[in-house]
Amino acid sequence: MDRRTFMKMVGATMAGTAGGTLLTPRTSEAQKAFEQKEFHSILIDTTRCIGCRRCEKACAEANNLPIPDISEQANEAIFEKKRKTSETAYTVTNLYETEKGKVFVPWRCMHCNQPGCRSACLVYAIKKRETGHVTWDANCLGCRLCVYSCPYDLVKWEWYGTIVRLQKCNLCYGRFLKGKLPACVEACPTEALMFGLRRGLLEEGKRRIAQNPGKYIKRIYGEFEVGGTSHLYLSAVPFNQIGLRTDLGVKSVPEYSLVYLSAVPFIAALVPITCFAIARVVRIEKDAIRKELEKKEGEEKKKGEEKEKHK
Amino acid sequence: MSAEKTEKVEIKNLRDFWSFFWSELKPKGPIFTPFNIISAPVIVIGLALIVYRLAIGLGDTTNMNNDFPWGIWKGAIVMSGIAIAGGGYTLGFVVYITGMERFRPILRETVLFAFLCYVFYAPALLIEIGRWWNFQNPFIGYEFGVSSVLFIVAWHFVLYMITLGIEFSPAAAEWLGMKRVRKIVGATAVGAVALGVMLSIHHQAGLGALISMGHAKLHPLWYTEFIPGLFFFSSIFAGPSMMIIVSSVTQKVFSNRVDEEYRKSHADIVVGLGKMCAGVMFAYLFLTFILAHHEHDLQYINTPMGYWWLTEVVGLGLIPMLLFINGVQNRNLSTIQLAAILAVMGAALNRFNCAFIAYNWFLPLEARYSPYWMEVVVTFGITFLMIWIFRFAINRMHVLSRQPEWAAAIDKH
Repeated sequence: MDRRTFMKMVGATMAGTAGGTLLTPRTSEAQKAFEQKEFHSILIDTTRCIGCRRCEKACAEANNLPIPDISEQANEAIFEKKRKTSETAYTVTNLYETEKGKVFVPWRCMHCNQPGCRSACLVYAIKKRETGHVTWDANCLGCRLCVYSCPYDLVKWEWYGTIVRLQKCNLCYGRFLKGKLPACVEACPTEALMFGLRRGLLEEGKRRIAQNPGKYIKRIYGEFEVGGTSHLYLSAVPFNQIGLRTDLGVKSVPEYSLVYLSAVPFIAALVPITCFAIARVVRIEKDAIRKELEKKEGEEKKKGEEKEKHK
Repeated sequence: MSAEKTEKVEIKNLRDFWSFFWSELKPKGPIFTPFNIISAPVIVIGLALIVYRLAIGLGDTTNMNNDFPWGIWKGAIVMSGIAIAGGGYTLGFVVYITGMERFRPILRETVLFAFLCYVFYAPALLIEIGRWWNFQNPFIGYEFGVSSVLFIVAWHFVLYMITLGIEFSPAAAEWLGMKRVRKIVGATAVGAVALGVMLSIHHQAGLGALISMGHAKLHPLWYTEFIPGLFFFSSIFAGPSMMIIVSSVTQKVFSNRVDEEYRKSHADIVVGLGKMCAGVMFAYLFLTFILAHHEHDLQYINTPMGYWWLTEVVGLGLIPMLLFINGVQNRNLSTIQLAAILAVMGAALNRFNCAFIAYNWFLPLEARYSPYWMEVVVTFGITFLMIWIFRFAINRMHVLSRQPEWAAAIDKH
């Protein structure tokens, strides 16, 4: 190996390593937030919800969305359909017919502990705040991978209009910074929604389960689902009867891309080097073959010349 | 002929360049061909629709909604477009790294095709993203989502586009008669290819990693932990399959631009590529079946989605593989070409399935996504425009023929 090739290889190695280090994933950020600070949460007790939809109205008022009609006649018509959250409604309440009768369930962004939308975002426009709020910033470019990857299907894109944005519950982050409760919690007449620190709410949920034997099923939805969420659900009936998916597992969404992300620096460092190595070996081999052929040809030529001389 | 001509015009300054460029812009063939008559209005309407979409938003111009955030612009143009552009790195690897010189005649055409795929699909992404005025944020923004798969894909997408540009630039330098530039870019070939292989592995697999994040909404038959690997493997056979089709077409359409060496070796190249595709497809299908079995997904086979999966994996996977093997054994070019068409369709269908067909599959049929006519017209408009540029380059540069003497002399030094 001459000096030039050596320098080339050193350069390539350094470039590969630098690139690899630069692009090493930092997925542990959400984890860090999780360890250092308590997340804020809302405990939703579906046995207490009466389907008045005041949370929907308060949410619309707080977030400048179209104000829904929550009169009783309107409610009756609306509960016939299972609605989804949308760009005009961050929270919706649905009615489910279950084995224990009618159950109302409010829906909104779950504010996962390790949000898939946050790890999907390539410009860090979606943030998991240290307080637990999952918020959206305007440097978003609208690739909608967050919508694609939300396991609960609660992240919504605004499709109509030129200046569009991501529309979802942000746990009233603005109000939180001013020291106020989330609008929906403030509006709830039956304390079906309860705001607080996640750990405290989990304890409260377990206390309710223990103090009212037979009233609840003995689990809190959101304690472990998809890595844990900040919206916690208590229910009297199995969760799949009130529309909550129970097949999602406990693995958080960012973990699904972790295999790929951890391979990135290795590929960045190793593949070019391997390619150069193969190319070099092939070249050496080819040169050797060519030289041998030339040698043979030369010998044959010599022999032929000698033969002609003899003649 | 053209080699001598270009040698005479050596471009020394910008004015030379522009006068030469203007003279080259004139069409080389007849203007009113059936292809032109069909494609020109589609391109014009497509461009108008792109402006319309940028002004008015996605809701009125596409059928995408919150259940199906990705439509054919991402599924067809970006995802499958990148898969069929995979020939760029596979053939670059085969020729420059493993030194199989017999594939060299097809290399420039492949690199040009891949380069154009990337160049035209990047603007397609621009119209696809909702807040397009922010498109530069991943590159020069103030916040980098370094833990995002899409961040890596975006960067490697752009870097690979530049790499392909460098890989193709010798042909452009020869066309413009820039000897010094030709000397510099000619020396970068192996480096560019090695870098290109790395970048390709990253973003081909990265697209799969994006899909794997939608695991909760993707049909279990399509979701596996190894989607990144499957995407990478399928691009290895989809790229060369596409090149079998493209090279067979260009052999006929641009026969005046093909030199004797390429014409003679074309059959050998197609058979060689067919062999390669058969091998890679076997690995891909083997992995697919094994994964489906290991993850206990075969219980879904006897459902409508299961039949659809079989269509993709058997109808457009196993059958083209067998056709490839048969065609290679009998040296039957038309069998290989048919197999290539099916294989490309299979790879594209796989991307379509992951983007919107097998996504949210539990929704009723009337709520499912089907493309709006504007989406289809824009897709065709972009593709036609790409074919126009492809034709432009082939008619003027040494793409299908050996490089001119002076360039070969530079390479030898």
